[in-house]
Amino acid sequence: MRRDRLAAIVGVAESELGETPHRTVLQLQAQAAKAALAEAGLEKGDVDALFCAGNWAWSTNLMLAEYLGITPRYTDTTNIGGSSFEAHVGHAVAGIQAGLFDVALICYGSTQRSQRLRGHVPPDAPLTEQFERPFGLPTPVGAYALAAMRHMHEYGTTSEQLAEIAVATRKWATLNDKAFMREPITIEDVLNSRLICEPLHLLDCCLVTDGGGAVVVVSERVAQRCRTRPVWVLGHGETHTHHTIANMPDLTTTGAAVSGRRAMEMAGVRHDEIDVVEIYDSFTITVLLTLEALGFCKPGEGGPFVSGQRTAPGGPFPMNTNGGGLSYCHPGMYGIFLLIEAVRQLRGECGSRQVPDARLALVHGTGGVLSSTATVILGRD
Amino acid sequence: MAHGIPRPVEDADSRPFWEGCREGVLRIQRCASCGRHVFYPRLLCPHCFSDQLSWVEASGAGRIHTYTVVHRAFGPFQADVPYVVALVDLDEGVRMMTRILGDRSSVRIGARVRVEFVEADEGLVLPYFRVMDEATAS
Repeated sequence: MRRDRLAAIVGVAESELGETPHRTVLQLQAQAAKAALAEAGLEKGDVDALFCAGNWAWSTNLMLAEYLGITPRYTDTTNIGGSSFEAHVGHAVAGIQAGLFDVALICYGSTQRSQRLRGHVPPDAPLTEQFERPFGLPTPVGAYALAAMRHMHEYGTTSEQLAEIAVATRKWATLNDKAFMREPITIEDVLNSRLICEPLHLLDCCLVTDGGGAVVVVSERVAQRCRTRPVWVLGHGETHTHHTIANMPDLTTTGAAVSGRRAMEMAGVRHDEIDVVEIYDSFTITVLLTLEALGFCKPGEGGPFVSGQRTAPGGPFPMNTNGGGLSYCHPGMYGIFLLIEAVRQLRGECGSRQVPDARLALVHGTGGVLSSTATVILGRD
Repeated sequence: MAHGIPRPVEDADSRPFWEGCREGVLRIQRCASCGRHVFYPRLLCPHCFSDQLSWVEASGAGRIHTYTVVHRAFGPFQADVPYVVALVDLDEGVRMMTRILGDRSSVRIGARVRVEFVEADEGLVLPYFRVMDEATAS
């Protein structure tokens, strides 16, 4: 089995999370960047590559680099939605492997909750969006509802099975004092919460919060002098399949089938070797489709796979151990928080929610309307 | 009629489509090179990359591939809830987003539907669909 140490994650941090009306989107990223570099024992001047995605500036990297006082010699603003940061890790690994830089800083921040940025309907529908926006599908939830309805039709998946994911994820959140929603919920609570877009209920949907995060990826050489125990990037993969939901090739199969296989083949790992998974949970259906596309179960078997609280604390398939986008935080593009939690699990820092002896983690981001996916395999020595 | 629906920015790709809607004709493209139909309209065929695309009139008939009933909407759409948004597969083999008119109980995946042009906002005619009667559906 080949397990090359392609690069290491040596620093991860969140900013203040939840509702932060007293903070700007730049401050949140500054908080996270400083903390992530500090835990690794690195300085701002060590950063030679900057990665960021967001919609708060026409060029996030220009504004953020200037604000932080960083002059990168490698820069990447890849924005494919919530999976951008898993893609950034892949790109950072490629750059490090090519010898272009040694220390990459990946940042994200959003103040969408405090600024009430959700729910605005723009007056115009340009370019390819003109064939969808006038019909009034709330985005992104409506697109995920279309996929969920199709999955139910093809495979008999039920709202109860989707609710299992929300309930299990909330159980993890009760163990995370940074989580936004920590009151336990039941399957009935999910089914009785109001319908947003059938078949998805309010509690099938992620939170709308503020928050920021940062991840530091370094070469093996730099990792040797860092304070933290390195978490190695063993494999990565990415793809995107469509932009508008009408153009998704198959509404029940996401790009995870491509990005996941590539990441796992690169890492040389099998499904049964993975100890903990952090899977983008913008909606419960996102998780179900991803589990199938990644190959943890067969197409159509996602419902039975998550039933009986199998993904909850103490269950056989620990998943979304920070409480996920459903219960911990979701500042618009959630992918960076998946990486942060996986690294902490592999370092054994997670206290009451720690997955015992976690050595291998799979991190999977999904962006847009099931549009983009990026998968990262992480491991420790 | 709602007001403030996001306006399609008619452009070099889309103008014949929207003109067709105003005339009561559902237009899609067909590729002369590979023979496949194409929607949404574009400069090159996404299947074979040929630039030999021309406009044809679609039959206006299709089948619901999936749908959702929207209960929580924003802006101009709030007044419409609950309403049905669907992806419809036209008989020509292309998929488009639309609204489904009529009785909700008739809406199911696989149902046969036919286009109806509706002035959804002032000067904005959108192609909506309605489930066909059992007798006429095929």
